[in-house]
Amino acid sequence: MSLSFLTPEFIVLRDRERCNNCGLCIKLCSFQAHYYGEKQQRVVSDDKKCVNCQYCVVKCPKNALIVKKHPLEFRQHDYWNDTSIKDIYKQAETGGVLLTGMGNDKKFPIYWDKMVLNASQVTNPSIDPLREPMELKTFLGKKPSRLEVDNKGNLISHMPPQLELEIPVMFGGMSFGSISYNAFKALATAAKEAGTYFNTGEGGLHRDFYDFADNTIVQVASGRFGVNQEYLDHSAAVEIKIGQGAKPGIGGHLPGEKVGEEVSKTRMIPIGSDAISPAPHHDIYSIEDLRQLIYAIKETTDYKKPVLVKIAAVHNVAAIASGIARAGADIIVIDGFRAGTGAAPTRIRDNVGIPIELAIAAVDDRLKDEGIRNQVSIVASGGIRNSSDVIKAIALGADAVSIATAALVAMGCHMCQKCYTGKCNWGITTQNPELVKRLDPDEAARRLINLLRAWSIEIKEMLGGMGINAIESLKGNRLMLRGIGLSEVELKILGISHAGE
Amino acid sequence: MIKTIDAYGLYYKDLNNMIKKYYEKGIQEFRLKRVSGQRYIGSGIHGKPNIVIEGTPGNDLAAFSDGVNITVKGNAQDAVGNTMNDGNLIIHGHAGDTVGYSMRGGKIYIKSYAGYRVGIHLKQYQDKIPVIIIGGRAGDFLGEYMAGGIIIVLGLDVAADEELVGSYCGTGMHGGVMYIRGNVAPYKLGKEVKSDTLSESDMKVLKKHLSDYCNVMGLDFKKVVSKTFTKLYAYNKRPYGKLYAY
Amino acid sequence: MLKKEGQIRIPAGCAISGIMNKKGKRFSGEMIIDSISVMHERSNGLGGGFAAYGIYPDHKDSFAFHLFYDSKVAQRETEEFLKKYYDIELAEAIPTRKVSSIKDSPIIMRYFAKPKIDELYKSELNEDDFTVKFVFKVNNGIDGAFVVSSGKNMGVFKAVGYPEDVGEFYKLENMYGYIWTAHGRFPTNTPGWWGGAHPFNLLGYSVVHNGELSSYGSNREYLRQNGYKCSLQTDTEVVAYLFDLYYRKHKLPVDIVCKILAPPMWDEINRMPREQKRLYKSLRAVYGLGLMNGPFSVIISTDTGLIALNDRIKLRPLVVAKKGDMMFIASEESAIRAVCENPQKVWHPRGGEPVIELLDKTVSTYIEHKYIREVTA
Repeated sequence: MSLSFLTPEFIVLRDRERCNNCGLCIKLCSFQAHYYGEKQQRVVSDDKKCVNCQYCVVKCPKNALIVKKHPLEFRQHDYWNDTSIKDIYKQAETGGVLLTGMGNDKKFPIYWDKMVLNASQVTNPSIDPLREPMELKTFLGKKPSRLEVDNKGNLISHMPPQLELEIPVMFGGMSFGSISYNAFKALATAAKEAGTYFNTGEGGLHRDFYDFADNTIVQVASGRFGVNQEYLDHSAAVEIKIGQGAKPGIGGHLPGEKVGEEVSKTRMIPIGSDAISPAPHHDIYSIEDLRQLIYAIKETTDYKKPVLVKIAAVHNVAAIASGIARAGADIIVIDGFRAGTGAAPTRIRDNVGIPIELAIAAVDDRLKDEGIRNQVSIVASGGIRNSSDVIKAIALGADAVSIATAALVAMGCHMCQKCYTGKCNWGITTQNPELVKRLDPDEAARRLINLLRAWSIEIKEMLGGMGINAIESLKGNRLMLRGIGLSEVELKILGISHAGE
Repeated sequence: MIKTIDAYGLYYKDLNNMIKKYYEKGIQEFRLKRVSGQRYIGSGIHGKPNIVIEGTPGNDLAAFSDGVNITVKGNAQDAVGNTMNDGNLIIHGHAGDTVGYSMRGGKIYIKSYAGYRVGIHLKQYQDKIPVIIIGGRAGDFLGEYMAGGIIIVLGLDVAADEELVGSYCGTGMHGGVMYIRGNVAPYKLGKEVKSDTLSESDMKVLKKHLSDYCNVMGLDFKKVVSKTFTKLYAYNKRPYGKLYAY
Repeated sequence: MLKKEGQIRIPAGCAISGIMNKKGKRFSGEMIIDSISVMHERSNGLGGGFAAYGIYPDHKDSFAFHLFYDSKVAQRETEEFLKKYYDIELAEAIPTRKVSSIKDSPIIMRYFAKPKIDELYKSELNEDDFTVKFVFKVNNGIDGAFVVSSGKNMGVFKAVGYPEDVGEFYKLENMYGYIWTAHGRFPTNTPGWWGGAHPFNLLGYSVVHNGELSSYGSNREYLRQNGYKCSLQTDTEVVAYLFDLYYRKHKLPVDIVCKILAPPMWDEINRMPREQKRLYKSLRAVYGLGLMNGPFSVIISTDTGLIALNDRIKLRPLVVAKKGDMMFIASEESAIRAVCENPQKVWHPRGGEPVIELLDKTVSTYIEHKYIREVTA
């Protein structure tokens, strides 16, 4: 093999004073970045293999390790930067498509950070959320435009099925296969405890989790892994995944190495075989076909469960969403271009799709203009980082959000973006039993519940500041938002005024 | 000498100025007739005059006051005794919302019911212990943020289908004590509030205040005190100690 | 340039008052003026107004349009438009007198008119919806024209000024109605706009409102989807349209309407019996965007009764009293006692607990009138 031009991305600094050569880091690193140097007679590191997941750094009993960005730099060139050059080396050496994990990391504007919230002063009181009731309960599903009630106060109308959330934050789709059994269990446990929902992704539902059915959204994606009547029955709702924000327009591929016994059972495919998700659903080539699939699912589930349709936020997302609403979906999930994934071609991840903030505003506007907003709920996802992102998403017009990357981070993910290797040292995106063991599902669930609790308190604080005590009064209430440093066009699309106006 | 003032048609500023001026001239007793919505009666007086009000005084009765004694022969409106430091307010009728907001001392006796947020942020400091006694029922958020002092609710005139206190009772409570003549359903209590029976020392405090109240209101003390009371107090004087991440 | 109200949103505080004779006996506007004037301190002279029911018995079957015009041009254009769609029984200036504190009066007109039958049939609307459409077209389409009220046998009288001065301006002591509501406004802007004063009216519904809706943005969007154009940027407009939508269009019982506007808290709903819980859950799920959040007390008047409602955590004051056939509602008790010394009953309704008082003689027609007005296309 010829010499690689690639230099290490990171440098592992080992404090010789502190390191006592216990060798724990050697045992821990699934990327084999540490080894015992026979020549040196001590533990040393191979910088090239380090992915900067920081597992060894956190676990080192002597705090002897630091990982840093490698100081080696190319000659300064703002256009041909390090990444551009190294990407070419990689492709020239392998002839392959660049692969990565997690979401778009390009320097596109982050609109969340260019919007600020309102608060009450004098003309209406802010409400104190710690002591006065503050309601976050959210219903997702088709709402009739009106209710009929007889003179005795009896409800005559039939309510379509709804998802009932105690906090307007759900966990986004992550399959068993892409994530570990323990990570999956943590999400299910936390969703149940917090009164929200987790999403199976397209990897089926392991029978061990049937008890969590009331908090489960099962996904039907193009690969239809693990989809059968029993699967659909053990859910609160069914999601048809058309696309995802990290890689709009392309399918997926779970390598055979990740298909062990449990994944095999769950996905109902042979051990060791690749699990390939086609780019499109081959029963959906047009919008009327979507309707056909939606109603196939409704028929199968006796019209008792809302059907979600998840799409990536792309250029004409508003028109597509309108079509989805008219096709009979109860909930539309819109996944922005910051959305994460276990594996995506780098070029797609970084260059396809649009920001979720603009997509929410555009979809909400379009559905309202067409007078069909009540027919469908909007869930925004793709890079929701904190409670203020949540609240801004809802003010822009979303009914709720989904988080996935944030949930993984809460469990321990350090964003090394190597999920696709299956070697996750944190036990999250791996099927290696030794690595999976590292994630204690109870502890991970506790961390997730803590995160939701903290966010819900923060959301209540912000709501109370705006003088609102029920989350529905924030929905699409864009008067609560002002933009900073945005152009006329951006403000117009977001439907907000500039700060000071 | 009692100075009688006919308040009919008087602007509140003029009425209050009159009281202040007469008080400076040495008059201690006032009788205000035909009061109709004039605000801030009893505010801004440096001393302890006795004022009897006939009619309906306006909002902020005795707001920020420091020792005035006011008797209202009728009903009072919102914010009675707002941020009051000392004095006695006797209402021979009902009162509106936020009675005794942030009150630090003195007494407010209400014969009938009182509205929402009574005793909100009632506090106490050293020898100053404010007392609010409500003869009827109290609305929601009774004793919200309560940090000290005593609130007593008697429910003497409540109908069978009415409840003694509203929802969110004592939410945010972190000091002081409430005595309720009867039971309070647990769901009505804020999460910071503990419910208990009265100890001997509680009974002593309760009886002391009730005998005075019954005296003033012309009620049968024995009858009032004969029913079992519930004591409400804060679990913790720092209810939000664990709210923040680091 | 300072934007005028209607172009920007102006928060405002207020005083409200309402009086009704349950037997439908009419009384002079003096009483409501005496009541609202007690609460002088609650307004700042930048808006006052009254709604009166039963004042036009001679024209009780016609829509009584009260209009403000900024110019003769606006008047001419509106009148042509009106003539095209309505048969006008009478057009006249609303009588006023000079009051030193009331300035910059627009042209104030009233018209008693009925929809032209052929236009009504062509529109395929009932006469209420026909009239709503007309009102929206004038308010949004004709510059300088504003429909102040559009009900039958009722009218709204409002101006920039203290309410007692507004009452004097319109000579309300000479008017006789069986329901009166009044409003004193405390807007945060200057100089105030005549159209921005309360009551706000649509058809027979009038609203006086104290407080600011924190949910205005959500409510407005919800109404937009339901065909209402909120052109005035005031919260009160939202209240009137929400009531119209729920009560007239969705035909919901009035107590349910109130429970949509100020719903019970979830912990209360969770304690309800099963069927009731199902109802309230559905109401909140379906009408969540039409929940009025933030501080408010409102009096909604119709030709058949009064409704008083507080926000659900009672952030604004509201007192109700009764004596004989008379019913009184106000922001402060003193405003009631000023006109009714010894009421038989005085009470403070709980937050979110509506007080609904209907005229005795029309208890049944209250329900029926929704149908009486239907005109089949």
